[in-house]
Amino acid sequence: METRIPTRMGDGTIARLTKSEIRADVEDGVAQAVRRAKVPPLAAGEIDHLVDLYASPAKTVGVDLGDEIVLSCDGSGMKTHATREQDMQSYEQWMGADLLELCPGDYSLKVVRTILPYEAQCLHDALLSTVAPMQYGVMPNLGLYAKDDGPCENWSALLPMGRIAEARAAAEEAAEMAVADAVRMADVMFEAGADAIDFDTTGASGDPEFWATLRATEVIREKYPDMGVQLGMAGEFVLGMHGELEFKGKRLAGMWPLEQLHVVQEAGATMYGPVVNVNTGKSCAWNTARACTIVKPCMDEAEIPVHMNAGMGVGGVPMFVHPPGDAVARSAKAFVDILKVDGL
Amino acid sequence: MGSGDPHGMHNAHAQAAGLGGMRAAGDLVARMQMTRGMRLPEAKQYVASKLGVTPFDLGDTATMTEVRNEFGFGRIHSYAISHPWQANFIEAKFNISRVLEVPILCVERFKERTGMTEAPTAH
Repeated sequence: METRIPTRMGDGTIARLTKSEIRADVEDGVAQAVRRAKVPPLAAGEIDHLVDLYASPAKTVGVDLGDEIVLSCDGSGMKTHATREQDMQSYEQWMGADLLELCPGDYSLKVVRTILPYEAQCLHDALLSTVAPMQYGVMPNLGLYAKDDGPCENWSALLPMGRIAEARAAAEEAAEMAVADAVRMADVMFEAGADAIDFDTTGASGDPEFWATLRATEVIREKYPDMGVQLGMAGEFVLGMHGELEFKGKRLAGMWPLEQLHVVQEAGATMYGPVVNVNTGKSCAWNTARACTIVKPCMDEAEIPVHMNAGMGVGGVPMFVHPPGDAVARSAKAFVDILKVDGL
Repeated sequence: MGSGDPHGMHNAHAQAAGLGGMRAAGDLVARMQMTRGMRLPEAKQYVASKLGVTPFDLGDTATMTEVRNEFGFGRIHSYAISHPWQANFIEAKFNISRVLEVPILCVERFKERTGMTEAPTAH
């Protein structure tokens, strides 16, 4: 009779599985990734490593000394417990953050437009009293440019009515507005002294949002070569809300991480954050195996740092508001050991 | 990596895999990644070579506290562990920019706005 080991499901709850069941989950996670993303499977030794990692009853695990990575610390300046400036100082001084991020509470690009001077002043002042590099972060969130939240026709409303051409035109109009807002934001943040701009959860509104972010990145990096751009994704697969948009001749709809990496690099971004979403009905072992398999092809071809997204509900971290540390540590170790990620 | 629940997210990742920020040299390696697009081995090697340490040392607080002290890169401080004679905050970033030979935008703005250098022509 095999011993049952406490491990986690994708929703964060404890599940007691045998080592054989964990192995079956890991192998199925790999197989599902191969089937969906058309990527090679993990090697046998990598699968064994994941099984050992998730079959360990240890409360926490860690990478080998010397294998440490950079943590991107998105959202560290978001008024969690004090002012945003004090929050970033706390992250830097108490929590060993490798970089800091000032961001608005709403976190949406469109919202920043009307409060840009205040945001830039806060960033300017915070830069005087911190040491770690500081980026300004937003999510492009193109949906806010559509009615009723914004000025453009709502492509999500037009599509079910079969008004495809109008939906596409509306999305294109919104994307152009987002590019203008993003570049304006970067102009002001450059003057304030930001080290980088972070576009987080890119592509949440599908290929028009991904296109807008790539185009904005291209413009920003050309204007300000000393200011970085981190481009993190919203999902593992780019939704085709438009379907025909291309960046440098490559169709964006349907892109998986390796193809995303290629266009992100072409746009000039300095960091890329792939996402693999968590299936809450499967174990963390299954989810991490699937995530490793989908992202692994990126690692050999990347010319820029790859910071795997390993937050709530992505990258093998449970979709739970207070992620269990044992599950978080296992995802971190898996991505460092198997993928050799540049950061998380 | 998002911050979210700082204990569940940031601390767990930091203990499992983090370079330690200013406790070691995580901020320095991060700076080369985010502004120069260097991958991790290249960024670690670059920073280590500038500081005269090995890439392994960059995550070691015992080694890097002394190195940061030597170069004036800023350190973790509190009332109990004060060192007001050492560079910190924007002062430290002047030293980091010089030693790593990488422009830091807020340092450049500081120089312009205090008359240390002229502002560049507009793009």
